[in-house]
Amino acid sequence: MRIKVNGEFFDFEKPFSVLELIEIFGVKFRPVGLAVAINEDVIPKSKYQDTFVKDGDSVEIIELVGGG
Amino acid sequence: MENLMSFDPLIIAGRSLKSRLFIGSGKFKSFQENKEVLEASGAEVITVAVRRVNITDKAKENLLDYIDPNKYLVLPNTAGCYTSKDAINTAMLAREATGIDWIKLEVIGDQKTLYPDMEQTLEAAKILVKEGFKVLPYIFDDVVAAKKLEDMGCVAVMPLASPIGSGLGVQNKYNIMFIKEAVSVPVIVDAGIGSAADIPIVFELGADAVLTNTALAEAQNPILMAKAMKHAWQAGRLSYLAGRMPKRTYAVPSSPLIGVPFQ
Repeated sequence: MRIKVNGEFFDFEKPFSVLELIEIFGVKFRPVGLAVAINEDVIPKSKYQDTFVKDGDSVEIIELVGGG
Repeated sequence: MENLMSFDPLIIAGRSLKSRLFIGSGKFKSFQENKEVLEASGAEVITVAVRRVNITDKAKENLLDYIDPNKYLVLPNTAGCYTSKDAINTAMLAREATGIDWIKLEVIGDQKTLYPDMEQTLEAAKILVKEGFKVLPYIFDDVVAAKKLEDMGCVAVMPLASPIGSGLGVQNKYNIMFIKEAVSVPVIVDAGIGSAADIPIVFELGADAVLTNTALAEAQNPILMAKAMKHAWQAGRLSYLAGRMPKRTYAVPSSPLIGVPFQ
């Protein structure tokens, strides 16, 4: 399957959970400071384990950074 | 001074703040410097931006390793958005990332001036208020838009003093005054502050708070500037509460006119 993460394409064998997604991409889990959206739907952290990333999905993984 | 200011809290959406100085967190040399500036400024509100995680540089530190979101109100913005749709999506991400429903709404309309697109801002504000957000929109110093946004349910309005990052200070004092007179939600002057000296002017116009970022980050000594700004907002606010004398065209002597020797 092919997914898009933060604007770049990646190929994987099979679907995986959002929790696995952040592990695969080495993103630190933070209760405050992290958010994930799949196809513009924000996934609550309580659902990271049972929400799956599937073929064709476009994923945004964001953090809070310095800004005015 | 600390105690004195606690008699005059700023209340936004039910949250009471002792400091009327809000700071940004962009463009500092390091997270450590940002932290020291925040502490020196006495600010309780610090803005942040929402950006993609760099998935190729995984070891990167994060601002939140330095700033405790339980101690400060970490106010996310929608900076970089040019449409209401992008701003709404960014706000949704920000809500999940911060765990709070406060959003500094920014919808930019012009790259050169970074002036807000008020049409898109109004559209986004309407939807975000309905979605349960506490919306603090960055706006042009436009009294009509400010009133509309208050009527929609925004919890504050954030008119610019001058373009973001310009350091030009308040360009149109009357517009800030008009906005303050027209709305009852807090007026937080945002953008364009150049140094501590610009801040008392903003408060004397009646503004409830001020937000600054570049004036701190680009100061020769950001921590010293933060200390100066802490005094500046307090001086301006107290001066406003004290009430200034009227302006006159001609001089009025301060010393008695009668009893002048040799006359």
